[in-house]
Amino acid sequence: MNKHKTREDDFLSRRQHLANLTDEELKQRFWDLADKTTQPLIDLALTHTSPAIERSVLLRMGFSSLEAAGLVKKVIANNLMGKGAGHVVYRYSKISGLEIREAGLKLLEDIGWQEVKNSFGVQS
Amino acid sequence: MNINDKLDIREILKDLDKYEPRRRGWAWRKPVKELEMAGNIYLDASEPLKNSIPLPAAKYFDNIDPQPVQSITSEIASGRFEDDIRRMRMAAWHGADHLMVIRTAGQSHFDGLIEGTPQGVGGVPISRKQVRAQRKALDIIEDEIGRPINYHSYVSGVAGPDIAVMFAEEGVNGAHQDPQYNVLYRNINMVRSFVDAAESKKIMAWADILQIDGAHNANATAMVAWKVMPELMVQHAINSLFSVKAGIKKENIALSTVPPTASPAPDLKINLPYAKALRDFFDEYKMRAQMNTKYMESSTREATVTHVLNMVISKLTSADIQSTITPDEGRNVPWHMYNVEACDTAKQSLIGMDGLLEMVELKQSGYLPDKVRELKERAVLFFEELLQTGGYFKAVEEGFFIDSGIYPERNGDGISRQIDGGVGVNTVYERDPDYFAPVTAHFGYNNISQYGLKQGDNPSILINGSTFEDRSKIIFIDELDETDNVDIRMKENEKYRNTNLIRPEVEWLADGTVVIDITLPTSVKYAEAASLEIAKKMNLSEPEVIHKELLHPAEATRIQVKGKFNFDIDMSKLVLPEEPDLLSDTDIREYVDNHPVTIVAGTVGEDEHSVGLREIIDIKHGGIEKYGIKCIYLGTSVPISKLIDAAIEADADAILMSTIISHDDIHYKNMKKTHDLAVEKGIRDKIIIIAGGTQVTPELARKQGVDAGFGRGTKGHHVASFIVKQKEKMNDN
Repeated sequence: MNKHKTREDDFLSRRQHLANLTDEELKQRFWDLADKTTQPLIDLALTHTSPAIERSVLLRMGFSSLEAAGLVKKVIANNLMGKGAGHVVYRYSKISGLEIREAGLKLLEDIGWQEVKNSFGVQS
Repeated sequence: MNINDKLDIREILKDLDKYEPRRRGWAWRKPVKELEMAGNIYLDASEPLKNSIPLPAAKYFDNIDPQPVQSITSEIASGRFEDDIRRMRMAAWHGADHLMVIRTAGQSHFDGLIEGTPQGVGGVPISRKQVRAQRKALDIIEDEIGRPINYHSYVSGVAGPDIAVMFAEEGVNGAHQDPQYNVLYRNINMVRSFVDAAESKKIMAWADILQIDGAHNANATAMVAWKVMPELMVQHAINSLFSVKAGIKKENIALSTVPPTASPAPDLKINLPYAKALRDFFDEYKMRAQMNTKYMESSTREATVTHVLNMVISKLTSADIQSTITPDEGRNVPWHMYNVEACDTAKQSLIGMDGLLEMVELKQSGYLPDKVRELKERAVLFFEELLQTGGYFKAVEEGFFIDSGIYPERNGDGISRQIDGGVGVNTVYERDPDYFAPVTAHFGYNNISQYGLKQGDNPSILINGSTFEDRSKIIFIDELDETDNVDIRMKENEKYRNTNLIRPEVEWLADGTVVIDITLPTSVKYAEAASLEIAKKMNLSEPEVIHKELLHPAEATRIQVKGKFNFDIDMSKLVLPEEPDLLSDTDIREYVDNHPVTIVAGTVGEDEHSVGLREIIDIKHGGIEKYGIKCIYLGTSVPISKLIDAAIEADADAILMSTIISHDDIHYKNMKKTHDLAVEKGIRDKIIIIAGGTQVTPELARKQGVDAGFGRGTKGHHVASFIVKQKEKMNDN
């Protein structure tokens, strides 16, 4: 089943522009192309996050895997992923004066979300 | 720990909540320049081990066990980590120092960490408890063998960053991480995979974890495996450079490279140019030489030969880590003995080819460099078209990857994924300008200035340190499932744990599995059916044919059948043969050099058997002549008086009398006669009398007055060893 285009091996005609490169130049070209390919991918990662990334932040803040999973679900439901789940917990800890873990556990009990959203200026 | 004690799994599982890994990061072997062992000089060897099991032929070389300079990988994951721990100890003793745990089927789609110790399928559920238990066991094992062991698993799937954090906290030393693997083989959304991967890699960089990529899977998946060579280089480059950009040091990035084809194709002709091209382009990175699995069938012999040829390539080019694949992987989830065989195969091959590049070098002109250049150009052309098409994501949508044409040839059968498809689609969120994460090793945009921090400050100081600074913050979960965990499994096979009862096993304690190897003089079809019948008649349950091999269409077929042996053996009721206390060949030779030894030998009585005695004596059978012992052989049916007279005449140190016929206990009677006559002639206190034969029981022989009796299975080494010890004892008196 051919889902995509097929093509005969046109290596000999296609390689003409590479034929006169030295081995070193060819290698340089390979890595330049690799650089151009990976830059947009890394740029995307620089400016985005995901549930797994936010769980990993919460794990590092001292939450269990179950707590982290629960918190991130609530962060998504409250439209706060752009702030960062760790940030949400940190912010609530600041607002409430609770330790980080206690603040997170309160949020898990659905306590404090409105205050956090107000502080970020996020509408529900 | 005492090498004769079994690992105590319960002890390992105790207090895991308090366990702390003793180090982070990968440990390479320590090369030794011109290592000398038993008179050999090794150029590519590393520090020898404190405890290990050498190759079988080592007995001819003072039992040396030279270790190659490459790390050796063994993949161990039977589904029960508690049994895998024991196999890890076996593999480590046979030379593995990189133990890789395959994850259970389905873990890559599990959105979070698995906790506890549920049983796996085709691998092990990787959880904090399981990782701690295995790392703790490896601490014990590495002390025992005297070399650090690297522990390894996978940072992939939709919970990559979660797993990376857990691995960093638990001192895992190596991990697979390659977002392309998620995309192509696990159908996880490509945007999510790359966004997650950057975070995972940044965490791995903090923990100094050695990364291995996933490009070799292209080879195992593609319809025409060797044709993906240009693409493989592209995949390696994407992951390697993406990793560097995420913060991993180049020396911690290893390419998982596999020789793409296998014999009967001209293996080296295709695989060597590829290996060379790859190493030219990626000379700043590490090479993890994987073995070909694409063409593995049920023949363990064939797989082993393929893997040895793969190692010829490793030696002709380079390998920092030499992976092993168990030769039974083509027919089942690997078994204990095949992990061990694979480690031995690697050690034997690499040490056997020690110093290869001191003697041969790759040609600088002709077929090899031409082919190398061609492959490199094809890879460059692949990248060019990928970028013209609109970049990586677009190229994946267009089915660029795993196409079975050798690029730029295209067969249109590549794996295609959509940017808006796959598991975890639409789960990537743009970070707001005030996005923040107060932790160590977080990748990407992080607005720390809003909380008064400067660029370069670690945001975790705002929470008095993350788990990476303060382990006491880690929350350890023991078990979540009361019905599926290690305690339940261990209770089920408790009666085989440190008791007198044993059953055969290949992967799990007392699994009962045995293999029988049957050759039948018929065609495959009949042989297969007959083999199952034979297994049933041998009382094996669940018989299954695991290998068939045609010896000739009409003359014979070889079948291997596995089945379950459902009986317990009570070791306390076994009668064990006396173990001979043997001197080494060198010690025997040294004694004989300094104290010449002469023996007279013959088969006594009316007995024409000669084979057994000749095997004990003749140098070509490894008999006692090889130690320099002078042997006067009198032949068969030798009268006892003649034997004694000959001994007196030659001033012999020993008489070797062979007696095979045992009717009416004539063999024991002749022993007594020989003893009595020696006493009568006044030589008994000066001469050693040894009797041997298939029906001789050592204890009964000694009762007749001879010094030793040797039964079935005796070798020249046993007899020579006894003579030397006896001589030493006589000289002491």
